[in-house]
Amino acid sequence: MKCERVSQELIAYLDGRMGSAERRETEEHLRGCPACRGRAEEFRGIWSMLDEVPVIEPSFGFDARVRQRVAAQPRRGWFAWFAPQARLAFSAVLLIALTVWVAKRPASSPGTLRTAATTEQDFNAIKDLGVLENYDLVTKMDALSELVPSADQPMPKPEAKPTESND
Amino acid sequence: MLDVKAGDDSSFDFLLTKYRSPLVNFLYRMVRDRATAEDLAQDVFLRVYRARKEYIPSAKFTTWLFRIATNAALNSVRDNRHQRMEVSLDAPLGDEQESVPRDLPAREKRIDEHLVERDRVEFIQRAIASLPEKQRAAVLLHKYEEMDYAEIAKVLDCTEAALKSLLFRAYESLRVQLAPLVDRSAPEGAGEGRPS
Repeated sequence: MKCERVSQELIAYLDGRMGSAERRETEEHLRGCPACRGRAEEFRGIWSMLDEVPVIEPSFGFDARVRQRVAAQPRRGWFAWFAPQARLAFSAVLLIALTVWVAKRPASSPGTLRTAATTEQDFNAIKDLGVLENYDLVTKMDALSELVPSADQPMPKPEAKPTESND
Repeated sequence: MLDVKAGDDSSFDFLLTKYRSPLVNFLYRMVRDRATAEDLAQDVFLRVYRARKEYIPSAKFTTWLFRIATNAALNSVRDNRHQRMEVSLDAPLGDEQESVPRDLPAREKRIDEHLVERDRVEFIQRAIASLPEKQRAAVLLHKYEEMDYAEIAKVLDCTEAALKSLLFRAYESLRVQLAPLVDRSAPEGAGEGRPS
């Protein structure tokens, strides 16, 4: 074993982390090499010296300050799962609210005209219900249906209501 | 740490109690300022707490903890390097006024002056402080935290071979710097295990 390699491995030798085979080899070299043995002794002395450096204790309020800073950290609750989708959720709620508002608002002008026309038709239909109560007229309608329209006489339009004659 | 990850705050208190002292001492020896060391230690604990949900036990907790601490210390040292450059070479080593010795005093003079315990400790601290940051971190983790090579290599993000080389250079530098203080009456027969 050469001096250079022994020097490189002296730290592992001194801290007891060297394998047994290498350790025996190093010890053998140290026995026959005063220079390496002297260096090993110096390293050993340095190790002892480093133990003289005092250990300091953290100041009195150290733990309290750490706990205070930890407590100041934002806590993540179960609702935090939604956090990344907050804008999406807000948009969805806004869209629903808008839909409900549109559906419930009073009808505007085109819708009003259409509704008025429908109401008039319904009123006429209700007014014609009185015709159905006229039993004689209803029974005679079968006889009218047996009439065969002539070729030069057009079929009466369905809109031609018999009740109009009554009016 | 897994309990902390699961939301057990009392386990975090346990980690705080167990590791505050080694962490503050490690950081103090790295940055050489007590107040800065404590601030950095608080930051480290806070980072541990913040990262608890993402913690994966792929390595020992101490490896993870000291990796965070080492990065914090190296950043702090680099940020404040210009301040240290302005400190006098002969200024006493203290919390507010510390320096990095760039030249060793004559052996005879230092032996006479530093036989007093306080001065001797100060001299040793100066020697440690004079090491380059990465070498210093390697020595502190190796000597004071008693980490094995694999752990230190992970903390410093290097190979074990590179770490051994780093440690050798660091101890060799300390050997030269601390030579005036080496007790020549140390017992013969090196290699009888780790010195206590």
